[in-house]
Amino acid sequence: MGRKVLLEHINEAGIQGYDVYRSKGGYASVEKALKTMAPDAIVEEVKKSGLRGRGGAGFPTGMKWSFLAKPEGVPRYLVCNADESEPGTFKDRYLMEHIPHLLIEGMITSSFALGANTSYIYIRGEYFYLVRILEKAIAEAYANGWLGKNILGTDYSLDLYVHPGAGAYICGEETALIESLEGKRGNPRIKPPFPAIAGLYGCPTVVNNVETIAAVVPVVNMGGDEYAKIGLGRSAGTKLISASGHIKKPGVYEIEMGITVEEFIYSDEYCGGILNDKKLKAVVAGGSSVPVLPADLILKTANGEPRLMTYESLADGGFATGTMLGSGGFIVMDESTSIVQNLHTFARFYHHESCGQCSPCREGTGWMEKILHKILDGHGTLEDIDLLWDIQRKIEGNTICPLGDAAAWPVASAIRHFRSEFEDFVKNPTAHREVKYYFHCNNLDTAASYSSL
Amino acid sequence: MQLENDMAKVTIDGIQIEVPDGTTILNAARMIGPDVAPPTMCYYSKLKTSGGYCRTCLVEVTKGSEKDPRPMPKLVASCRTTVMDGMEVSNNTSAKVKDARAGVVEFLLLNHPLDCPVCDQAGECHLQDLGYEHGNYKTRTDFERRTFDKIDIGDKVQLHMTRCILCYRCVKTAEQITDGRVHGVINRGDHAEISTYVAQAIDNDFSGNVIDVCPVGALTDKTFRFKSRVWFTKPVDAHRSCDTCSGKVVLWYQGEEVLRVTGRKDEWGEVEEFICNTCRFDKKKTSDWTIEGPRKINRHSVIAANHYTNLVKPKEFKLNEIKQITE
Repeated sequence: MGRKVLLEHINEAGIQGYDVYRSKGGYASVEKALKTMAPDAIVEEVKKSGLRGRGGAGFPTGMKWSFLAKPEGVPRYLVCNADESEPGTFKDRYLMEHIPHLLIEGMITSSFALGANTSYIYIRGEYFYLVRILEKAIAEAYANGWLGKNILGTDYSLDLYVHPGAGAYICGEETALIESLEGKRGNPRIKPPFPAIAGLYGCPTVVNNVETIAAVVPVVNMGGDEYAKIGLGRSAGTKLISASGHIKKPGVYEIEMGITVEEFIYSDEYCGGILNDKKLKAVVAGGSSVPVLPADLILKTANGEPRLMTYESLADGGFATGTMLGSGGFIVMDESTSIVQNLHTFARFYHHESCGQCSPCREGTGWMEKILHKILDGHGTLEDIDLLWDIQRKIEGNTICPLGDAAAWPVASAIRHFRSEFEDFVKNPTAHREVKYYFHCNNLDTAASYSSL
Repeated sequence: MQLENDMAKVTIDGIQIEVPDGTTILNAARMIGPDVAPPTMCYYSKLKTSGGYCRTCLVEVTKGSEKDPRPMPKLVASCRTTVMDGMEVSNNTSAKVKDARAGVVEFLLLNHPLDCPVCDQAGECHLQDLGYEHGNYKTRTDFERRTFDKIDIGDKVQLHMTRCILCYRCVKTAEQITDGRVHGVINRGDHAEISTYVAQAIDNDFSGNVIDVCPVGALTDKTFRFKSRVWFTKPVDAHRSCDTCSGKVVLWYQGEEVLRVTGRKDEWGEVEEFICNTCRFDKKKTSDWTIEGPRKINRHSVIAANHYTNLVKPKEFKLNEIKQITE
């Protein structure tokens, strides 16, 4: 049984409410931080813990915090990025829905460490029901003196607000999030300056993922050195993985980083194996933007070593044979899945979500979707596959924000690892389309009724 | 001594120049000259925070600086990246840049209608120049292009979104030189469109400048639409005393008639000074203006082809000569 630090008490009845959460040792980190630690000492503990950003990029959190500019007389802000929009990722939703006080506790501790007196939780518009849950939790925190003026009798004051977005993937990019929070159109800013220098309202700002901020609570409670012992090497701590797709037990799992991918997919503790005991075909390991890997490469690296659920092991081999841990959206596809159809779904998403600011992403994402649609419709040619490759190559790295890369990587990896399937689809589209009906229905009778239409 | 500290040496395509700290790579390249300056579609030196969107000015930084000589991992937008001392930049000499730029041109043209034969901007269109210099000769797309209905922004300006490349220059103009911003972008991705707030007309003294800053034919002067091709008109510098603007303009003549009035554009296609709507739309008589003389136009421009000295007329073929050719 892997060690759990975030979801330890998730199964307690009433953990959503303040009283149960408090009775299980909640808000201990705030007490410890405000009464016994200096803000810089907390940053130091976070650095020692080796905690890395859980939103996707995996940047060391302590380092990010220490970059925060601290000019005199200028407010600093902490913004929690709860705009969890990556397809395949739903860990933050789970966390906020079932244990909202953990996030609020993390926000208070982190805000104190950064010297922020106003903090925001920017939540995606689709999570409107979570806004109510969070606001109720915040009200409880205010009522019990964890938020507001002079928390715990110290001279530290903090106000915490929940701000729902309007439902845009791009607002998960930190500068677009800041623009949106300021009430503007959610376009990513051109960096530099980075938010640590000039972020929200032009003031130094730290933007962290929900899970990262929640993980600050155990870091402060147990101390940085102790937290660093969990996990493996530079991938310290635990990670929430949103497992979905063709597995027996989809859901959110807290894993100690370092277990093998094979264990994660096949052990009963986690995914429980492939649905209907089919063969594993491919895995998208960290949300839709990261490269898709075929079964042999996800289970073992190119060197034949077993692949582990860590930042380093998943990235082993670069993009040629590796992928990324990303945000932990673990999408498993069995042998019946069509990679071409899957890629079209992803491409359609990125086309829909491109903000339209810079030209490669604005035009390129739509172009890739149209070509994939053409292939799916049975009008594709072999040149279209090369064209797709060329388009993704010209988008990647040439855009303002990472959305361009996120749109390009799935296309690149699908063609790199499954080129023969694309060629097969182009040469014999009818056969593949029949397969589509069958597997989308998962039911022979329904499939038969479709084909008779 | 103080001065030396504030200067940075930067090498662009093998040519070294010393520029003040904080200069962008693009402006350093422009100081060297048009041969090394990257093309721009969205950057506009007169507008704050412009640039970074079109990605045509991407350059490769092969050496970060004297202190940190590592090359930058990605191509950078030269209009938004400041120089460092000892930086080495490849623009025209980098195959990576050429490839990426050709890609950007292809992306920009992907949904562009290419209706140059009926477009008023043809002849002074930055996208035409860019496509000619950096683009492919052939399109690789056979999909239907995105189209929009034409919208009137006030009674003098027409917006034809189909041609727009979303450079945001007009948005920045509306934001920075006109009062009461009613101009912005709605929707997202390739459906994004420039719009006035709920199709509200821009009604202020400087709204006409959005025509001058538009690099393509998306924003056009309704008083000039379809009157003539720009290369049939003759630009003349003129001025008048105006209360709201500098009054320094270019008059575009066809015969004795002033067809349109625009701001004076420099060699980068940017206006020197923004002019007011009265000068632009209402003063179309020679008697309103003090004429300074013919406007100097870059000899490469088609506008230069019809005027001025060194004019080489195309050979007039006689009928029998044409016959000989066809035979």
